[in-house]
Amino acid sequence: MIGIVTIIIYILLAIGIFFNILAGIGLLRFPDVYTRLHAGTKCTTFGSIFIIGSVIILGLKTWYLGDMDGSTLAIHSAGALIAILLTNPTGAHAIARAAHKSGVKPHGAIIDELEKKPTRKPAKKKTAKEDVA
Amino acid sequence: MIELANEYFIVLILLSLAVILAVVRIILGPTAPDRVVGLDTVNTIVIVAMVIFGAAFDAVIYIDVAIVYALLSFISTLFIAKYLQGGDF
Repeated sequence: MIGIVTIIIYILLAIGIFFNILAGIGLLRFPDVYTRLHAGTKCTTFGSIFIIGSVIILGLKTWYLGDMDGSTLAIHSAGALIAILLTNPTGAHAIARAAHKSGVKPHGAIIDELEKKPTRKPAKKKTAKEDVA
Repeated sequence: MIELANEYFIVLILLSLAVILAVVRIILGPTAPDRVVGLDTVNTIVIVAMVIFGAAFDAVIYIDVAIVYALLSFISTLFIAKYLQGGDF
């Protein structure tokens, strides 16, 4: 007899595997560095939330059934999940910034807003006001 | 070994399929940032696979290794990005 917790673990594993394989397919099919970055970072982060969540639920079930090793499994898996959630978007931002600065253009883009450097208008206004006063 | 070990081994086989797709992008990638994106994806999937191994063999030390691997791969990605964008360090 399969319990309700086991069915929840199966569903979480299925969702996580679906999104991780979708990340691999997106890496192969997208035309551009920036769109590949969407596929390779967002999909793996979303899928790993569900897969590590299944491990956390398994650890909590083991702990509920009376084995103290389950709490260690759940807490350490939550630590790994927090490490992934903190580091993955930061790395993606750094890669996108480096790709733009090294001269890779987006596929089919017409205007590039980031190329315009910010002007120093606020400083000029301040000096003009000081001159008037 | 726990009760769900066989299911976790099937999950590991499917995760290795995703790793193979990312490695194909690393080999084919026309520019250097493409290869860095593929490497970042492989790192994340390897972290998830380490957590799954730790759950399947009931060994928590694998999950500690996964946490350290996550932080080290993050630092290596940041340094590669800093190298690609040029300029002074």
